[in-house]
Amino acid sequence: MSLINYASREVNCKLVYYGPGLGGKTTNLEYIYEKVAPASKGKMISLATETERTLFFDFLPVDLGTIRGFKTRFHLYTVPGQVYYNASRKLILKGVDGVVFVADSQLERMEANLESMQNLYDNMAQHGLDLTRLPFVIQYNKRDLPNAAPLPQLQEALNPGWPVVDPARQRPVPDPNRQGEMLVEEIDGSWIERVPHFEAVALRGEGVFDTLRAISKLVLKTLG
Amino acid sequence: MSGASSWSFREEDAARIGALLNGLLREANARTALLVDRSGQMLATVGEAPRFDPVAFASLTAADFSANDQLARMLGENEFGALFHQGEKDSLYLADVARRVILVVLFDNRTTLGLVKLRVRGVVEALTAVFTAMFSRDAAGERGRGMDTGFMGEAEDEIDKLFGT
Repeated sequence: MSLINYASREVNCKLVYYGPGLGGKTTNLEYIYEKVAPASKGKMISLATETERTLFFDFLPVDLGTIRGFKTRFHLYTVPGQVYYNASRKLILKGVDGVVFVADSQLERMEANLESMQNLYDNMAQHGLDLTRLPFVIQYNKRDLPNAAPLPQLQEALNPGWPVVDPARQRPVPDPNRQGEMLVEEIDGSWIERVPHFEAVALRGEGVFDTLRAISKLVLKTLG
Repeated sequence: MSGASSWSFREEDAARIGALLNGLLREANARTALLVDRSGQMLATVGEAPRFDPVAFASLTAADFSANDQLARMLGENEFGALFHQGEKDSLYLADVARRVILVVLFDNRTTLGLVKLRVRGVVEALTAVFTAMFSRDAAGERGRGMDTGFMGEAEDEIDKLFGT
């Protein structure tokens, strides 16, 4: 839930990186922390175990600067990916404005991806939030690995699309990030919508900022 | 179920809340009072300017309170309405306001936990009334003032600049 604070003239939005364990959520934040100009970033906080696995969350505030008199800031969070940390994961989703699902492209992680996606839907629903109505993008990470699943296979499993029931929204929408692909389209007489997706190699930073830029813009649109 | 919603915090809300918190600091002889929302955003700071990073502090406060909320439920309690963290010099007292906001009072050995607790209790009631009115105003759609298209355009440009095009 984004907060427009007219008293301190601030706009704050909360973005959460979700996904299976060891998928690259923390790596995304670390790369952003490393590359964003010092004046635009706050302190990065990692609540991690001794073996550097995320225990509770990572947190990184990024300032967009003052826009029309409002200091505008994105709060980036990761959740712990390991299955047994679900209680912590659910807490981090509180008040979320936008979600990035970081999927692990490796074939053998397909099941973990699916389980985490289902868990995301369930946890959002418990907060009374509908993932299909919230800014949401998917990042397919580790595209450089030899055992990475083909993109269409990942899309079919994790981003198959949901039915568009509102007649006003039943019109073709091209994917601004991928030429020739559609976000909303009619297939066999029924309209479906997919979320934007990005390929990434987060360790090298590839795709990290494309993903962040897309989710930030989607969240901004909800402030109007 | 719904998508993300936003809520607004107006100047007049800040003035009313500021007066309540200033009164609390005076009566409890505490140093700083902070209001943090449950999603981890700082709403207001009154009293001595904190020497720590307020943004990081707010995110950790929300996480701390939420984690303790779950612990309470495991015990069969609805919630822990308040938490106390004791340090050698500085201590923190945290109290829930309307299930949406956390009041944090920072104090040192010039006062006592008992006095802080006592004064917080009264202020929490008054703050609950203020926030409940604010939330029902936003729920009733009185917010009306989202960010305008000029803001959106400039914000998009900043995103492109900061995160690369």
